[in-house]
Amino acid sequence: MSDNGETKNIFLSGVGGQGTILASNILGQVLLEAGCDVKKAEVHGMAQRGGDVTTHFRYGKKVYSPLIKEGDADFLVSFELLEALRYINWVKPEGKIILNNHTILPPAVNLGKMEYPADIEETFKKHFKENVWMVNGRDIARELGYIQVANVVLIGALSNFFPDLEAGQWIDVLKDILPSRLHEINVQAFQEGRDVIKAPNA
Amino acid sequence: MKRILQGNEAIARGAWEAGVTVGCAYPGTPSSEIMARLSEYDEVYTEWSPNEKVSMEVAHGASVAGGRALVCMKHVGLNVAADPFMTISYVGVKGGMVVAVADDPGQHSSQNEQDSRQWTRFGKVPLLEPADSQECRDFTKIAFDISERFDTPVLVRSETRVSHCDSPVELGERAESGIERKLDKKEVSKLVMVPMYARVRRQVVEERMKNLTSYAEEDFPYNVMEINDPAIGFITSGVSYLYTKDVFPQYSYLKLGMIWPLPKGMIREFFNQVRKVVIVEELDPFLETEIRAMGFDVSHGKDLVPSIGELTPTIIERCLSKAVTGKEPVSVPARVETEELPKRPPNLCAGCSHRPLFYALKKLRLFVFGDIGCYGLGVAPPLSAMHFSTCMGAGVGGSYGAGKVVGEEGLGKICAVLGDSTFLHSGIGPLMDAVYNGGYSTTIIMDNSITAMTGQQEHPGTGFTIKGEPAPTVDFEQLARSVGVKHVRTVDPYNIKETIEVIREEVSRNEASVIITRNSPCMLLRRARPQERFEHSCYRIQEDVCRGCRICLNVNCPAISWVPEAGVTKDGEKRKGRSVINADQCVGCALCVQICEFGSIVPKAE
Repeated sequence: MSDNGETKNIFLSGVGGQGTILASNILGQVLLEAGCDVKKAEVHGMAQRGGDVTTHFRYGKKVYSPLIKEGDADFLVSFELLEALRYINWVKPEGKIILNNHTILPPAVNLGKMEYPADIEETFKKHFKENVWMVNGRDIARELGYIQVANVVLIGALSNFFPDLEAGQWIDVLKDILPSRLHEINVQAFQEGRDVIKAPNA
Repeated sequence: MKRILQGNEAIARGAWEAGVTVGCAYPGTPSSEIMARLSEYDEVYTEWSPNEKVSMEVAHGASVAGGRALVCMKHVGLNVAADPFMTISYVGVKGGMVVAVADDPGQHSSQNEQDSRQWTRFGKVPLLEPADSQECRDFTKIAFDISERFDTPVLVRSETRVSHCDSPVELGERAESGIERKLDKKEVSKLVMVPMYARVRRQVVEERMKNLTSYAEEDFPYNVMEINDPAIGFITSGVSYLYTKDVFPQYSYLKLGMIWPLPKGMIREFFNQVRKVVIVEELDPFLETEIRAMGFDVSHGKDLVPSIGELTPTIIERCLSKAVTGKEPVSVPARVETEELPKRPPNLCAGCSHRPLFYALKKLRLFVFGDIGCYGLGVAPPLSAMHFSTCMGAGVGGSYGAGKVVGEEGLGKICAVLGDSTFLHSGIGPLMDAVYNGGYSTTIIMDNSITAMTGQQEHPGTGFTIKGEPAPTVDFEQLARSVGVKHVRTVDPYNIKETIEVIREEVSRNEASVIITRNSPCMLLRRARPQERFEHSCYRIQEDVCRGCRICLNVNCPAISWVPEAGVTKDGEKRKGRSVINADQCVGCALCVQICEFGSIVPKAE
């Protein structure tokens, strides 16, 4: 990998049930096969019942801490908009943001006690300029006929930022991790995600 | 070959490679995946035991018969298993016995954050603390050897950020243990802990600690000194080492893999090689207290490093930068005040059978003694239907005890709720007590047919073993009757009217009673086809009928939300807003249909 041996940090956030764990499993396997050390951390159990979930994903020549330091994330990949905003301070000034255009109302908003924050995409663009990509992961997954693959659409989008890795390497891992009946739909989801954003050379 | 494994998976792998023959556990976050993964290996007998005390005893029986045994639990599980654990320390082992205990600093999913390292000194048992998945595999493997070599159970202490972190592991093959499998009557003085024999074993335990200290000093391969810049030397262990190493890579380290007994000579050598020593550990000042007691001059420890909650690289940088580098850490101004954003706490799933039951308890205005499990989420507003919870099974005893004080005044006002798995774990004893000693408590078993919160594990009431094989099933009704409960009722919680009536009758009775929910499997338990029990798969709120009374919002269903738009119903009633159902989330449980007073909720066209 063209990272000069330093540790890179990917922060994934979302809501329990959105498939962040599968997404980070794919990342882990791809980067391990590319010769990197990897570590990832997530919380299971009570935190999963529709609560906010995060994955700290780190890779490089030798990774010590499984947790990212606040303000040190190179990427924020978020499966839900409010859960992206919640971690905006975790990203480096030059960090890259991939947002899934999906809103899941938290209880206080459902109850009418608070408002869902407006203009989340604009807030990110204000701070991160052209380094913000909005992906309609949910719509793409729905069109493919399988709403659960929105996570793989996002992984497809993120894959653009690894110019040393070919699509085939990602697809091989997808097939390795998932049961064969899910191969076709997930490969499609990955490709759609990969085609959605035109990444500069990261 | 390297594979990415979760810490828990790696503990299971290490045990398998070490030739473990028996594995026992009661699930508990963050430990549950250890036994779940171990059960996938055909060579190993594994089980979900009813509770951790049983696990510990089954594992020890296996060890005494010559098999290597692994027992796993979360930190509070070791409290339950403490009774056998403390005496197994005296009896020792034949096949290696490893006790894997997973702490939860920061209380991600726990009622307290006790530091399990304290058991090691208390129980006079060695403790190993891995930092990542490779060490989980390596330390578990060597723990079996230490156990047999020193005739002691060995603790392997993990925690959330070890158990639930993934990293590459070099895999090995399985080697069967060479220990003969048999029981020997000649060993009575070692196996029967009556006072005259136990006093002898008490001496053996002290001798063992001395031998283990020499081992920690000379032979144990995972106490490691890294001498770099000698200006600062960190003494640390487990994941705290990884965080500190990440933040201050240039300094010297003594990384301890064995937390007890401590290698005093090695610690002395480290103090000789570095100028200032800083101890970094999560939770209690365990290492610091011991190392200070040895007479060493520790520069910093808990004076700077927090004792509460989990550590992170961010916290370590903030609390130690000044002392270590002389410079304050660079702080970046926040882009957004994220603390002010709406929180997203965990919630009961849409359609969960606990929601209508809690709604019924709230309508009856009961003081609810709760328990540990998904139903703990019943405390969250606006449901707000739980008023007491400490540990597993405690609600049953608590409600009965409270009744002894408030007397007849409390009739109709108190009940206890707990789950099926929790009831089998530790609810039967207090239920028996209430019957035997004449209490009037009503115990509601919210039977969702699985251990749900920890991720769908089987138990003696589900009809399946850990390996998914059919098993005898506990009959809760028969069980309650057999301990003397005369009034045992079942309710379908999705029928709100009936549920409220049954609970009202039973809590008013001046005798112990039990109510068991039926037709109420967990929404995530696929084999029970939870959605098929509902007549319609989805409902909608008629926009021109909803009065905006908000009653449906008070059940905290993730599928219902408020639209703050003023308007008028078709009958000309003014409203400040209205409720809507999100079709993606609604599963058709129809709780809201039953509580809407204006008939505005109807099946969505399918």
